[in-house]
Amino acid sequence: MEKKKFRREPLTDTQLLMTITICIFVVMYLLAMLLLKGGFLHAQQVFDMLNDNASLIIVSCGLTIVMITGGIDISVGAVTSLVVMSCILYLNKGGNIFVAVALALGIGIAFGVIQGFLISYLEIQPFIVTLAGMFFARGMTTILSVNPQKVEHEAFSKFRDIKIVIPWLGYTAKNGNLVPARIELGVVVALVCLVLIFLLLKFHRLGRGFYAIGGNQTSALMLGINVKMTRFISYILSGLLSGISGFVFMMHTGAGNATNAAGMEMNAIASSIIGGTLLTGGVGNVFGTFFGTITLTTIKKIVVSSGLNDPWWQSITTGGMLCFFILLQSVVLSRRSKKKKA
Amino acid sequence: MQENCLLKMRNINKLFPGVKALSNVDFTLRKGEIHALMGENGAGKSTLIKILTGVYQMDDGEIIISGNSANIRSPQDAQNIGISTVYQEITLCPNLTVAENMFIGREESFIVRHRYYEKRAEKILNDLGIPARSTQQLGSCSLAVQQMVAIARAVDMKCKVLILDEPTSSLDDNEVNMLFSLMRDLKSQGVGIIFVTHFLEQVYEVCDRITVLRNGELVGEYLTEELPQVELVAKMIGKELDELSSLGEFEEKQTAESEVFYEAKSLSSSDALPFDFEIHKGEVNGFTGLLGSGRSESVRAIFGADKVNGGTVKIKGEDVKITKPIDAMKHGIGYLAEDRKRDGIIADLSVRENIILALQVMKGFFKPISRSEAEAFADEYIKVLNIKTASRETPIGSLSGGNQQKVILARWLLTHPDYLILDEPTRGIDVGTKLEIQKLVLKLAEDGVSVTFISSEVEEMLRTCSRLIVMRDRHIVGELKGKDLNQAQVMKTIAGGESKNEG
Repeated sequence: MEKKKFRREPLTDTQLLMTITICIFVVMYLLAMLLLKGGFLHAQQVFDMLNDNASLIIVSCGLTIVMITGGIDISVGAVTSLVVMSCILYLNKGGNIFVAVALALGIGIAFGVIQGFLISYLEIQPFIVTLAGMFFARGMTTILSVNPQKVEHEAFSKFRDIKIVIPWLGYTAKNGNLVPARIELGVVVALVCLVLIFLLLKFHRLGRGFYAIGGNQTSALMLGINVKMTRFISYILSGLLSGISGFVFMMHTGAGNATNAAGMEMNAIASSIIGGTLLTGGVGNVFGTFFGTITLTTIKKIVVSSGLNDPWWQSITTGGMLCFFILLQSVVLSRRSKKKKA
Repeated sequence: MQENCLLKMRNINKLFPGVKALSNVDFTLRKGEIHALMGENGAGKSTLIKILTGVYQMDDGEIIISGNSANIRSPQDAQNIGISTVYQEITLCPNLTVAENMFIGREESFIVRHRYYEKRAEKILNDLGIPARSTQQLGSCSLAVQQMVAIARAVDMKCKVLILDEPTSSLDDNEVNMLFSLMRDLKSQGVGIIFVTHFLEQVYEVCDRITVLRNGELVGEYLTEELPQVELVAKMIGKELDELSSLGEFEEKQTAESEVFYEAKSLSSSDALPFDFEIHKGEVNGFTGLLGSGRSESVRAIFGADKVNGGTVKIKGEDVKITKPIDAMKHGIGYLAEDRKRDGIIADLSVRENIILALQVMKGFFKPISRSEAEAFADEYIKVLNIKTASRETPIGSLSGGNQQKVILARWLLTHPDYLILDEPTRGIDVGTKLEIQKLVLKLAEDGVSVTFISSEVEEMLRTCSRLIVMRDRHIVGELKGKDLNQAQVMKTIAGGESKNEG
């Protein structure tokens, strides 16, 4: 063909859903800035959302991978909690930070390997396997310590206090002091994870394999993809990210108790879905998930800023938003397939 | 044996629970030949292909490729030794781009260089004249194009053996011709092609050799020019031709003058343009037209399978409303869907459960059909329709295509419909079963059932229908009956020689 193509390709399903999420997020945030003002006008508001949710972002990335393959992993919150508790107890015995990191990753990977093996090679329903994993991890956490634990480890406390300070993005508090913008290390870890996984999904053979399996498992097999191995790896990655998430969670809170990160798996699923991942698999993107997470957080902040302080309002709005997004997605996708038919 | 033997399969045996799928089958493929693999449904073609592609493992036997004994354990193994397959059902991923579908699973490195593969894909698509862009999401292409992308993928894999399993069933004539010229190209490059199809004319158009299987056994291997079409059919179905010829005569069918059973005025649905239609009691009529002409969409509107937008419907002269399949069923209309895999069978349920399904829905779920009743129904229809199954409790998914179709037919017959719509009931099934189904349709009509019959094979429709409705571009362009019912007239009407033909 001589002619250069000027026409752009229509967006793929993944790109389309992600674009919708980003647009909604931007509009929502601008509206919040205009109408609610207050904290929304400070850059620190965004950084706070990131600081508070770094571990959620990491876990959501893992869940997005698993959901792209058409699976689900609901053990992530409990594994995060187990990692937090294990690392705290280890550090309080005078352990080494690097060994603690290794411990966190090890626990995460162990869960990923066992669950992944059961799901991919023994072909047990992912929901059941990870439900068992969830109960198991939650139980282990309680066995380790029923009482809340605080990290008492000098090196770790110093490490945990390292923050990236950006003075020019700060704001002047009521007493006249300049409060610089602060970003925790966990956020950096989360963003690095995000970018790495984005690259993996987009440019690595394995990542494309995840999409292929989610698109059509039988086809993927016929196309020469090692379906079992690929699925296995997706759960290992999810486990690994739960481990990282646990460590980041500990860095943020500096303490742990048996109900840590309760319901985190559900928030992660919600983030992925809002970010444009389909539960049926094959469609999704971690940047979408990232925006899903902060959209979810923004909604909660807006609810609180509007004066609805009771905790149930956050749940109710989250539920409503989730419904709204799922409806929106199915409407957009079905309109699109109609158009193709005509 | 000749030197240029590409693939030899010797004494292949395969046992499925209760069924001997293959016993001592031999198959030989030479370099640069197109070899048709023929047989009725359940003859073992698919099983043989699946053994060759590593989907199934053979119980006993030997596969020799280019002189070396090969051990094929998975589809990847098959790909690695140069065996590529294009299946009837598209085995690509609709959520990925065209380029990715062509190269996934065989990238040269861990890093996927999208640009590079897109360029390569674009070149192959252009060379083969496939109307798709490499960066397009596959799901946005038509089924035919998706099929061609699958072939493009196989072609690019420099395969030695290319297996085409019913590749033409979703393609129109133009696309079939494109595919054939592609096949001839590959043949001249020394590729051995195994071609599985039910279209006899296509076999005689492109194939050099024919291997016939029947009931899991080898009947023989023949040179195409030495085997007349009639003899091929005889070898496939293994019975004498008198039955075939008795149906073959186009006897003048009298047009039914009985009461009108169903009448629709400007009926339209989300997928079908408004049309008028009526059918008499005990009449067999047909909708014909090219692929995409709207014939399936129209009958789906009659059954209420798509969203009905407008029009009036009368059954036995009374106004009725049919907006959902259950409405149609309550008025005695049965519909056998075009795509039995998607709309028809429930693969994991047994033959018995699949048979009673429609009747159960009609009765409502609070009045269950007793087990013994259901078993009696199942046994009766397995016998009447000659369904080949290990038992009535066998999951329907393990039956061959033709037998699955019969089970679905049984499902509708059990509801004793007054009006039965059969959309491509004979697609992808063997000659013998086709004849049985055609006979059954005529028998039903004699018993006073109205039947609408749709088939891609005009000849088959001429044999069964007393009235043909011809569609083009989603409009009814003619109605043929009586002496107008012949191939030439149908072709002329489809092609648009003249407009409305009042018969």
